[in-house]
Amino acid sequence: MKRLAKWRMISMIAIITLLLSGCGEPFLSTLQPAGEVAKEQFDLMMLSVAIMVGVIIVVTLIFAIVVVKFRRKDDSIPKQVEGSHKLEIIWTVIPIILLLILAVPTVASTFKFADVSEMDKKNEDGKTDALVINVRANLYWWEFEYPNEEIITSQDLVVPTGQKVYFNLKASDVKHSFWIPAVGGKMDTNTDNVNRFYLQFDEQKANEAGDLFYGKCAELCGPSHALMDFKVKAISPDEFDQWVADMQSVKEPETAETPLAQQGQEVFNNSCIGCHAVTPATGAPEAARLGPNLTNFGERSRIAGVLDHTEEELKNWISDPEAYKPGNKMTNAYNTLTPEELDAVAEYLMNLKVQD
Amino acid sequence: MHVEDKFTAETWPAAPEKQTLEGKNKFLGFWLFLGGETVLFASLFATYLALKDKVPNAEHALAKDLFELPLVFVATMLLLTSSLTSVYAMYHMKNFNFKKMQLWLGLTVLLGLAFLLLEIYEFNHYVHEFHHTFTSSAFGSAFYTLVGFHGGHVAFGLLWIVTLMVRNAKRGLDLYNAPKFYVASLYWHFIDVVWVFIFTVVYLMGMVG
Amino acid sequence: MSTYAQKKGFGATLWDYLTTVDHKKIAILYLIAGGLFFVLGGLEAMFIRIQLAVPNNDFVSAGLYNEILTMHGTTMIFLAAMPLLFGFMNAIMPLQIGARDVAFPFVNALGFWLFFFGGIFLNLSWFLGGAPDAGWTSYASLSMASEGHGIDFYALGLQISGAGTLMGGINFLVTIINMRAPGMTYMRMPLFTWSTFVASALILFAFPPLTVGLFLLIFDRMFGSNFFDVANGGNTVIWEHLFWIFGHPEVYILVLPAFGIFSEIFATFSRKRLFGYSSMVFATVLIGFLGFMVWAHHMFTTGLGPIANAIFAVATMAIAVPTGIKIFNWLFTMWGGSIKFTTPMLYAVAFIPSFVGGGVTGVMLASAAADYQYHDSYFVVAHFHYVIVGGVVFGLLAATHFYWPKMFGTMLNEALGKITFWLFLIGFHLTFFIQHFLGLMGMPRRIFTFLPNQGLDAGNLISTIGAFFMAIATLILLINIVITSVKNEKVGNDPWEDGRTLEWAIPSPPPFYNFKQLPLVRGLDPLWIEKMEGKKGMTPAEPIGDIHMPNNSFNPFMISLGLFVAAFGALYREDYNWGVLVLIAGMGITLLSMFVRSVKDDHGFHIHKEDLLNDDDKGGKA
Repeated sequence: MKRLAKWRMISMIAIITLLLSGCGEPFLSTLQPAGEVAKEQFDLMMLSVAIMVGVIIVVTLIFAIVVVKFRRKDDSIPKQVEGSHKLEIIWTVIPIILLLILAVPTVASTFKFADVSEMDKKNEDGKTDALVINVRANLYWWEFEYPNEEIITSQDLVVPTGQKVYFNLKASDVKHSFWIPAVGGKMDTNTDNVNRFYLQFDEQKANEAGDLFYGKCAELCGPSHALMDFKVKAISPDEFDQWVADMQSVKEPETAETPLAQQGQEVFNNSCIGCHAVTPATGAPEAARLGPNLTNFGERSRIAGVLDHTEEELKNWISDPEAYKPGNKMTNAYNTLTPEELDAVAEYLMNLKVQD
Repeated sequence: MHVEDKFTAETWPAAPEKQTLEGKNKFLGFWLFLGGETVLFASLFATYLALKDKVPNAEHALAKDLFELPLVFVATMLLLTSSLTSVYAMYHMKNFNFKKMQLWLGLTVLLGLAFLLLEIYEFNHYVHEFHHTFTSSAFGSAFYTLVGFHGGHVAFGLLWIVTLMVRNAKRGLDLYNAPKFYVASLYWHFIDVVWVFIFTVVYLMGMVG
Repeated sequence: MSTYAQKKGFGATLWDYLTTVDHKKIAILYLIAGGLFFVLGGLEAMFIRIQLAVPNNDFVSAGLYNEILTMHGTTMIFLAAMPLLFGFMNAIMPLQIGARDVAFPFVNALGFWLFFFGGIFLNLSWFLGGAPDAGWTSYASLSMASEGHGIDFYALGLQISGAGTLMGGINFLVTIINMRAPGMTYMRMPLFTWSTFVASALILFAFPPLTVGLFLLIFDRMFGSNFFDVANGGNTVIWEHLFWIFGHPEVYILVLPAFGIFSEIFATFSRKRLFGYSSMVFATVLIGFLGFMVWAHHMFTTGLGPIANAIFAVATMAIAVPTGIKIFNWLFTMWGGSIKFTTPMLYAVAFIPSFVGGGVTGVMLASAAADYQYHDSYFVVAHFHYVIVGGVVFGLLAATHFYWPKMFGTMLNEALGKITFWLFLIGFHLTFFIQHFLGLMGMPRRIFTFLPNQGLDAGNLISTIGAFFMAIATLILLINIVITSVKNEKVGNDPWEDGRTLEWAIPSPPPFYNFKQLPLVRGLDPLWIEKMEGKKGMTPAEPIGDIHMPNNSFNPFMISLGLFVAAFGALYREDYNWGVLVLIAGMGITLLSMFVRSVKDDHGFHIHKEDLLNDDDKGGKA
């Protein structure tokens, strides 16, 4: 009997898993987990769904019998029943057992996901062996600082696959929440304190998702909350090391190559550089980092997190950011650019690349 | 027994506040209200504890710099005594001795007033000596909100008791106003109890750092 | 004067309602005001769904969308669901326990007017520079950053209406404890009365933390304090705690009375006493108790640490047990019964699978580690709409049909009622079932738009179509109400013919003194007991005598009006010089009205025995 119940449970989980895993896009859906954390959460989800579907089946069965069988047929008065201790004990004890089955793995996973002890283990250089990324959420854009590697990037988070990546999370204006649905559950970025957690990115799943996961802000933060997306490039450890090295090699703003781009750089230095850095150095204080770092802008996947990465969209964005992200901090922070200046800046920005 | 009935010391019931249905309702309803008030103050206490000594920089005074025990001790004694005098007032209410009840209530009001004046002096002192204001830091906001809410309760209680005393000065005691006096005194005790907690949590625990 | 000398004419009727302290008329006021706010909140919901019907829609702008979603949530919870429940509690609970009114009729009126003015104040924000836009939860960092006066309207409006709710809660508690008819022991009280009792206790202990939270918000935004200003030592997580210490019990404040309503309906239309009555009572109390232990499950991703998260996860799961007990008790109430599918019964029957759907996702959400995925996604949106619409709104719709004859003396049209039911049921599941999957597929909540190519298009469109079904259903209900009111076909004491409790023993609508003679209660379902013994009505517990009634008063209106005026003063204090004056004037009106109330003798009046006997032909028999 017990074994039968166990088999039933397992087969139910299998069926549900099969049904649900077809849902959503591999780069966004929690139902297609692409990492250890998301997988464990998905399993927990499936366990709870299985238990709950079991409950629903029992209720539905009784419900169906009652509704069909006990319709009023004549004017007779049914027997007035006070209750039944036996039944009441049954439907008190069984749910408790079911909940215990769910509670144990829940508590275990909750503690496991909170284990960030690796972040406190410093080596001789005062750095951690584990990869740590400081996430700073701002009104509608994300900054990613790699304290060990001493580089900063924005909007596109770059991570290696197959290892635990640890995050320090905080917000610089209002509360946001950092969420990469396909890779694992979210954590709030508070204004008061730094939250810590980790995620792991699966190589094969990353390939299936086109090496690019979608990240979201999950806490209402203002008009453009819906547009506060970021992207995650999950690449192999070797590629990641290469990327870090490429980033680190940018010590000074690189001089543009074409004449148009040089003109654009000039415009950029007059209008934009007050907020946007084009070197990945971590030296500047946070308060001075008013806009996304643009060091590798030409290699990013989106403009402003949501627009296609084309020169056309870039020009649209710069000429009227308010139209694309209402309430953003970039609007009116610079003088209106002429069409020529726009062309030049766009040319310059699209060629900001670190990987050759 | 009806609310309009006239009484003498002999016919006056033992628990005049609960003789009529209205009185019974008032009695119970007020206790429940105090239950809600308890949660209100509990929330304020929790907020205060979370924000205690939370100041933007080292120039701001902390709890241990601010409080002076003698002053607060006097205030505490005033309020505790006023609670006692209100007990005497209720004792005379139950004995149908209207004049003595008024007298003791008057004393309660005076003590309460003295407490309030002392509190105003205290706040004034913090503001001018330490620049510890409602808007200077989160600690200041939490301190003045918690202690100020209590002070507001004291002020409201005083207004209430005085109103009752004036209103009934010529009418004397009956079953209509007995419950009103009774719940007013309950309210006064509650204020007193809250102060004991403020004294402990804010001042004593503040002194030890 | 009193309702005793019934006058006609619009002016007189209006004045009567402005000054009434009669629980049945206050119930009608709650129903009208709550109904209006329900329609308003529903319109806001339709705007939301239209905006989200297709990706990149621009039906409403981003900022306006946030105002709409905030007002939808706030309106539905504070100004629609709770007042509507208060309406039914007011109308029915005193009748169920055999009382002539509530314990504090004056405070009852005051509670209504405070709620009403608070609600109006909040909604005036639409015309005075924009509504609040930080969500109904109004998390501190965002609500502090929000420009304009929207959040100020939110904080002040809720403060005023919250005070009214608190008074209502205390009033119901005292009524139930002190004013039960002879023989109506606690364990003979109908389940609706029990759930009113527990919900009122929850109100008493849950609203003060909200009051404090709102005060802190008001002080920070309008008076320069630093509770939530991190730079000055403040902490925004305090708001989250205070809000959810209130917010979670609030869910049970809403759903327990709905449980009570369904319990009455199941028993009535199955012609069977409630299965496991005492365990139902126990479960209700237990749910209320546990409701205070679980608030932090709304904050699993805030970063409270694994110990807090684990404790709150397990505590939350525990609530599933008493809720499950209730579900099975309802099922077994019907088991072996003789079920008649009237409109209220249809809602009750449909409630079971719908609510179980919401309940099981609740258990899933309780699993903290998995909640990191669900939190603030559309999965949560789906979950709480399953609970609140599938539980509370179904309950309200059921109660509307069930108690309409008792409140107004005429039956809502059953055919139209059933059409409303089916449309609403289909629309409800169509709208919200798919949202579970949208959430799991990565759609965060509270987004004003979504981009194409994320696999979210079809689900959102289906959801919007469902919303229209619900809108049409509501329209038909309104038409039903109009038709019924125009026809006004009078019904007798027990229009459903299967009434079991005291309210069905007196005329519909009841005379203003409810019971000419207080009834003698001999057990659970007192009317049913008498009916089974072949009697037509209740046995009186007292001879006919004078009945004491309270006087009408305009004072509650004035006290509330004063606070309403004062709120404008507080709001505009920093913008205009007259702000302070208005603040003082408003507080003055309130304090003066309270002073008048306190100083003026108000002994009420008596209905004399002779008049009661003359009243016989109107049918006021107990």
